[in-house]
Amino acid sequence: MKLEIKGIKFSYGSAPALNNISFRLEGGEVLTIVGPNGSGKSTLLKCIDRILKPQRGCIMIDGKDIKGIGSEEVARRMGYVPQSNGKSFPSTVFDTILMGRKPYIRWAPAAKDLKVVSDVIGTLELEEFALRDINELSGGQRQKVIIGRALAQEPKILLLDEPTANLDLKHQLEVLNLVKEQTRSGVSAIIAIHDLNLALRYSDKVIMLNYGKVFAAGGLEVLNPENIEAVYGIKVRVINHSKGIFVIPEEFIGDKNS
Amino acid sequence: MEDLKNSNRKDKEWRHMSSKESILDSYRAHTKKKVLFVLISMTLLFLMVIISISVGSVRIEVSKVIAALIGQDDGIISTIIWKIRILRVITAIVAGLGLAVSGAAMQSILRNPLGSPFTLGISHSAAFGAAFAIVVLGVGSIQSSSVDAVILNNPYIITMCAFGFSLVATFIIILLAKYKGASPETMILTGVAIGSLFIAGTTAMEYFAEDVQLSSIIFWTFGDVGRTSWSDIWIIAAVVIPSAIYFLYNMWNYNALNCGEETAKSLGVNVERVRIGGMLVASLVTALIVSFIGIIGFIGLVVPHIVRKIIGGDERYLIPSSCIIGAILLLVSDTAARTIISPIVLPVGILTSFLGAPLFIYLVIKGRKYW
Repeated sequence: MKLEIKGIKFSYGSAPALNNISFRLEGGEVLTIVGPNGSGKSTLLKCIDRILKPQRGCIMIDGKDIKGIGSEEVARRMGYVPQSNGKSFPSTVFDTILMGRKPYIRWAPAAKDLKVVSDVIGTLELEEFALRDINELSGGQRQKVIIGRALAQEPKILLLDEPTANLDLKHQLEVLNLVKEQTRSGVSAIIAIHDLNLALRYSDKVIMLNYGKVFAAGGLEVLNPENIEAVYGIKVRVINHSKGIFVIPEEFIGDKNS
Repeated sequence: MEDLKNSNRKDKEWRHMSSKESILDSYRAHTKKKVLFVLISMTLLFLMVIISISVGSVRIEVSKVIAALIGQDDGIISTIIWKIRILRVITAIVAGLGLAVSGAAMQSILRNPLGSPFTLGISHSAAFGAAFAIVVLGVGSIQSSSVDAVILNNPYIITMCAFGFSLVATFIIILLAKYKGASPETMILTGVAIGSLFIAGTTAMEYFAEDVQLSSIIFWTFGDVGRTSWSDIWIIAAVVIPSAIYFLYNMWNYNALNCGEETAKSLGVNVERVRIGGMLVASLVTALIVSFIGIIGFIGLVVPHIVRKIIGGDERYLIPSSCIIGAILLLVSDTAARTIISPIVLPVGILTSFLGAPLFIYLVIKGRKYW
């Protein structure tokens, strides 16, 4: 599935949030959106999923403008994982993930819907928690459940808004590995993320946003010291390690402004 | 070595398969309990209908009730049942169902445990409408008949006025939601304000009313399921039943709303249409019921809480269960109201408030873990 974003513009009232954003994504790719707080990462994800309606521009899936596709149809192609907001209404893990089948269900879930949900629970390795209230789970497990809900939509594109925020190291990696695994079957993912090292580790493409505009876009080379300093105002050093590239703020190394 | 690995993997796969089966099985068991609750409630409702018909100033044996209901009796008993008792019973069922399901839907739509047509000022505006009809339009002279009932003159004008004014309250809140994008909290606060505005209006009118009008107003506000005729019941049912189906049809949408507005949108729900449509239908149903039978408090607020407490907040079971429990609760209350200090028949509205308030406080204090 190919996703194409063309000239998206969005403003909250009179405050512009996104300006002329364009990019494209092929099936199986992971694209991360980085940028400072308030640079428009979440807004962009919401525009792509039509949770917010951009004032200008269009979103095309396989060459078709999603404006012309019904909202349920869009929900079968794109799964959205919102930024976690702590407490939610009491609901079991199974029921929460079953909500992901909403775009397929009219009156009652079919056998296939239940099977998809139990498959997802298996993938997440949350079998023993299946009938537990999600509010009783740890933050990391809860985040996996929310991702599970998006997976149950059987989407071609996954949109994740800071999926690793508030998670411990183990769960950060677990969650992103889970997403990466999905891309093997051709699902593409767009992840808004703050941790540049995780972005370097997991993405094929990177978009750097600043003040609602694309500051830089491309492969991992986007995350270079010049761009990072220009956008975040922080001097960093990019270190090539045998297992990958890492970004380290210079003040950590102790030679800031030296 | 390779073999061992293979068998290990197979073992793992097998365990995986069996655990999947057990997930489905335990989920089915988990939902079966809720389905069972719905079935038991329906049986209870059926039993309550029979009991409710059999008790009253003339006691009728259960076997005779059943005989009359299936048309095997056409004597005096049949007349009592069909001309008097069954009217009350059906009114109580339809009204209880309508009030409870509207309350349940509103709580879900507003994502707020305080949401109910009552808190949104709909009942009070209906009362104001009735007072307006009685005092200003002068349609409310009371006649005391030899029976225990009091009859309002020209009840349809009163009903229409009550309905009209509750629509005013409804539309203020809906417009606020639609054009100002008001949050549920804003809607509830506005509803509370509108409610007290209409209470003030009613009080003012009561102050200037003549004695007879004053007692008409007061009498009207006592919610009573005993004042409906067959044609009233048809009208109420013609609105309540399609509305209940509408709410049942939207159960999945309400469930999605419980996951948050953005998530609901990402699941393909047209949040605005679901929210405004639901508010509108719930308000209309309540306004209509209140216009015909007066104010019956707490059913809309308490029933969804009782159901949540017992089977949890899953809308797929909450909405149908609220329908049935609402019908049962109003029917039981009315039966109690008719018999508690017999031969005096209490208006059921008094009883529901007496029972509802402590029950609600109990549910709240007991810890609303279920919500």
